[in-house]
Amino acid sequence: MNESAFVIVLVALIGGALRVSTPFMFVALGECLTEKSGRVNLGLEGTLVLGAMTGYAISYKSGSPWLGVLAAGCAGSVLGAMHGYICKLPKVNDIAVGIAMMLFGTGVAFFFGKPYIQPSAPRLGSFSLGAWTGNLEITTALQINPLLLVGIVTGLVMAWAFANTKWGLIVRMTGDSAASARAMGVSVDLVRFLCTTAGGFLAGVGGAFLSLYYPGSWNQGLSSGQGLMAVALVIFARWSPIRCIIAALLFGAAGAIGPALQSVGITQGYYFFNAAPYILTLFIMIASADSKRAARDVPGELSITK
Amino acid sequence: MADIAEPLRPAVIAPKHWGDLSIRLRRGAEYIVIPLLALAITALLFSLLLLALGKSPLEFFALVERGGFGTSFSLQNTLQRSSPLILTALCVALPARIGLVVIGGEGALVLGGFASAVVAIPMVLGHVPPLLTLCLMAAAGMLVGAFWIGIVGYLRYARGVNETISSLLMTYIGIAIMNFFVEGSLRDLSNPNKPSTMPIGDAYMVGQIPGTDVHWGLVAGIVLSILLYILLSRTTFGFAVRVAGGNPRAALAQGLPVGKLIVICCAIAGACAGLAGFFEVAAIQGRANASLAAGYGYTGILVSFLARHNPLAIIPVAILFGGIVASGGLIERRMGLPDATVLVVQGMAFVVLLMSETLYGRFKIFQVRGAADRT
Repeated sequence: MNESAFVIVLVALIGGALRVSTPFMFVALGECLTEKSGRVNLGLEGTLVLGAMTGYAISYKSGSPWLGVLAAGCAGSVLGAMHGYICKLPKVNDIAVGIAMMLFGTGVAFFFGKPYIQPSAPRLGSFSLGAWTGNLEITTALQINPLLLVGIVTGLVMAWAFANTKWGLIVRMTGDSAASARAMGVSVDLVRFLCTTAGGFLAGVGGAFLSLYYPGSWNQGLSSGQGLMAVALVIFARWSPIRCIIAALLFGAAGAIGPALQSVGITQGYYFFNAAPYILTLFIMIASADSKRAARDVPGELSITK
Repeated sequence: MADIAEPLRPAVIAPKHWGDLSIRLRRGAEYIVIPLLALAITALLFSLLLLALGKSPLEFFALVERGGFGTSFSLQNTLQRSSPLILTALCVALPARIGLVVIGGEGALVLGGFASAVVAIPMVLGHVPPLLTLCLMAAAGMLVGAFWIGIVGYLRYARGVNETISSLLMTYIGIAIMNFFVEGSLRDLSNPNKPSTMPIGDAYMVGQIPGTDVHWGLVAGIVLSILLYILLSRTTFGFAVRVAGGNPRAALAQGLPVGKLIVICCAIAGACAGLAGFFEVAAIQGRANASLAAGYGYTGILVSFLARHNPLAIIPVAILFGGIVASGGLIERRMGLPDATVLVVQGMAFVVLLMSETLYGRFKIFQVRGAADRT
């Protein structure tokens, strides 16, 4: 590979990371919030797909993609609220409910989304980080969507709120020890319900990004495991919103390897590069599952690591 | 303490025995009534959804009945589809007994089917006798499936990797591996429409059960269910699995090899799903391609949960859902509903079923005084 091809791949990789990472980021932040409160929502894969469908449908009907983003968030929070409510019932396992919500969310999205596969809805706009270079290739490669910035700001606010606000303390306490939260007069179920609902909202917004910006259309193969990978990513990020952002960017880059190599004509092993994010996730889980640092940072009430 | 030589009086034993039986019956009834209630509520909720969309629920259920069970043709179609459902549900049930939620049956099915299709290529070209070929194909499918889910179990035990997430990730990886070969080096170039491996040919296909259109996979599924039921409930191995599933620490303290048990359970589970893949290739598709990932693995999760991970109960539940899946096409055509209708029904059933878990122990009629500590 010569030098210019290398630069193209690198720019495509960075640009891809900026594009692909946004849904990872939203889902991971949503899951981070939910898990901080001591519950696992494995159903965010379904939330992502339903958010993508809702966002696309509302954008098509109303002509405003941002309204679509809002609607996607609301659809996500409905699924999150369902999860939060069901897990509140005694003897119900949150992991199993997550699997059910994954199937349910995907099913509902495909069911109601069929009429929207054909029509084209207005997309979200974007601006370029590379416009100053004057180089057309770099300008197009480094186009980013405002939602990426929203995601980063959300992550920073979450990190700040966990550390510095009363609400953050309540969420962390509920996640670390339900008994002490109860002793403080906090309703554990309510906190977890609200956190799961808010987490669902974020995941829904991530879904809207998929259908309204990149790849930018609605079809049944839109999400293949991004939601699930984002859940795994939270473990890797050790329940820190800032590390979630960084991990999402890393995952975005992994997801962009295939298309980036394709842009310089390397198409061999395309399917393996498509599988790269899954393999990376698995290796990251293997590497981080057993570490002492993960054991220190994990919310005490979480069932996923027990 | 009575004299050991004294014969036991039946009068003393019988009431105790019957008391035990009544407890077991009441307990058993609870495990049947509550899932049935969940299914009924699902049917009700789905009817409301259909009404809201302006469709007739009665027509829907009539179509499920006709498309899934009504005629001998549809019943055979249903049984055909319930065979992979039984096997993929076993892939969930066995790890569940040892406390693991494995949802990667789809991946083991796809890779198992792919492996048997690959093994078949040189044997078909070399004109090896069909029976031997099929045995080797089945063995390859089961081995690959066992290896695939065995990895999940090993990672869970050795590294503490969450098995639910890792098994689903493995599914995506498995499908990508199959696509890589099917669209690349193993692609049958004489078939330009859909990337597939070389067809194994009619002579090498698994036949039908005499007198029906249902292939032998159904028999394999039922026999395996019964065998695994016996393994779980009547053997030392099964007892150890249930102890380890109930309380891993107690099991470790008793000196049970928990890690080994987990890996073995997962490997048997994966072998079941791999066998499902073998039958899909050798009895239905005749080749490996993307159609292998038809979602049986995901429906199998629901089947196993509905059967409360009991291998015997899996058989009727799988037939029920086989019927719902089989009637999907008819419902789609007649009622103008999207093909995801079956998915919505399944998702709803799953959610309602899990909500119903909270009902166990709530109904007095199922409770027997003094029996709280028995299981």
